[in-house]
Amino acid sequence: MVWRWFHEWGSPRFFYARSGRLIPIFAALTLCLLSIGLVWGLLYAPADYQQGHSYRIMYVHVPAAILAQSSYAMMAMAAVVSLIWRLKIADAAMQTAAPIGAWVTALALVTGALWGKPMWGTYWVWDARLTSTLILLFLFAGVLAIRQASGPGQSAGRAAAVLAVVGLINLPIIKFSVDWWFTLHQPSSFSITEKPAMPIEMWAPLLVMVIGTYSWFFLVWLMRLRLEIVRREAKADWVQRSFQDEL
Amino acid sequence: MKFGPMKAHRRARLLQILFLLVLAGLATTFLLQALNSNINLFYSPVQVTSGEVPLGQRIRVGGMVEAGSIIRASDSLKVGFNVTDLAGSTFEVNYTGILPDLFREGQGVVATGEFTRDGLFEAEEILAKHDEKYMPPEVAMALEAGDSASSALP
Repeated sequence: MVWRWFHEWGSPRFFYARSGRLIPIFAALTLCLLSIGLVWGLLYAPADYQQGHSYRIMYVHVPAAILAQSSYAMMAMAAVVSLIWRLKIADAAMQTAAPIGAWVTALALVTGALWGKPMWGTYWVWDARLTSTLILLFLFAGVLAIRQASGPGQSAGRAAAVLAVVGLINLPIIKFSVDWWFTLHQPSSFSITEKPAMPIEMWAPLLVMVIGTYSWFFLVWLMRLRLEIVRREAKADWVQRSFQDEL
Repeated sequence: MKFGPMKAHRRARLLQILFLLVLAGLATTFLLQALNSNINLFYSPVQVTSGEVPLGQRIRVGGMVEAGSIIRASDSLKVGFNVTDLAGSTFEVNYTGILPDLFREGQGVVATGEFTRDGLFEAEEILAKHDEKYMPPEVAMALEAGDSASSALP
């Protein structure tokens, strides 16, 4: 049962036909959540007692940083599936997740730096959190560079997938860097076991932004993946037929 | 939900991937263990007072700004304060320059500079370390009022 589902969705044709329906759903969800979250967080959430309005950059920074790490985990999942089952679609999913993840990581780094200058007094320090996040950016870039090194050939895909899997080790390092070492970056305000270190008026819009950012990621990933499928299968009958009218 | 058995060659690949991950994880763990003290951004006050910290070398130290210890010069940007871990280890810091917005008593700081003598740190750069707590100003004021009310009690 599960295997059948897995193999059906692993077929580029089936995936392309079915996944199109998800796009308007994710698009609507993204638009709603991000506009609500941004207006709520940037205009209506209360100012902070120490940072004033500067703290509001977290409504972009925190979702970007969370997504940077989870998009890496998802990319690595795709890499594992591609290594074990040799599914073309998993390889395409890995390849298309990498640039999105890289941009999101860059966004987290840049917004962090912009906040760091007025609050810490510097744009950048080489502490464990910042450095490991920079390494995350390089991992995304590395996976992408290797994957695109020699077109859609199999060896490039495998090498990139192995790098993606090995790079998973960086994720717990990013997560726990602020606990394991002395860093300039503050520890997390949120944990599963404890109450958030901020009131609900502050974290509710943040939660909306986080969910909205995930939704945005799935939207963009799906669109890129569908494009990549068509590009790779351009010579296949089903692609030729479905695009006949438009050519 | 029924997961059939995995084909043998795929299980072998899965094991290879897990093996690779464990190996790379071990290598990273050893590497980080070996580098442990170098990954810390700064020395803590207890490391300073126990003499682990070199004199006359450019380093970073960090801790909390001790309440009531800030002394500002009236005619320059010179400022002196104590850095503490709130557990008995304290040292002095001198600095001339503009302090970051978040610099205040009870706040974390990370200073770059050197110890010119035991317990006196001449800083070239002061960074404020923010904690993970966020709250609206009214709440902070209410908390402070509550604090001073309770400390006024015998």
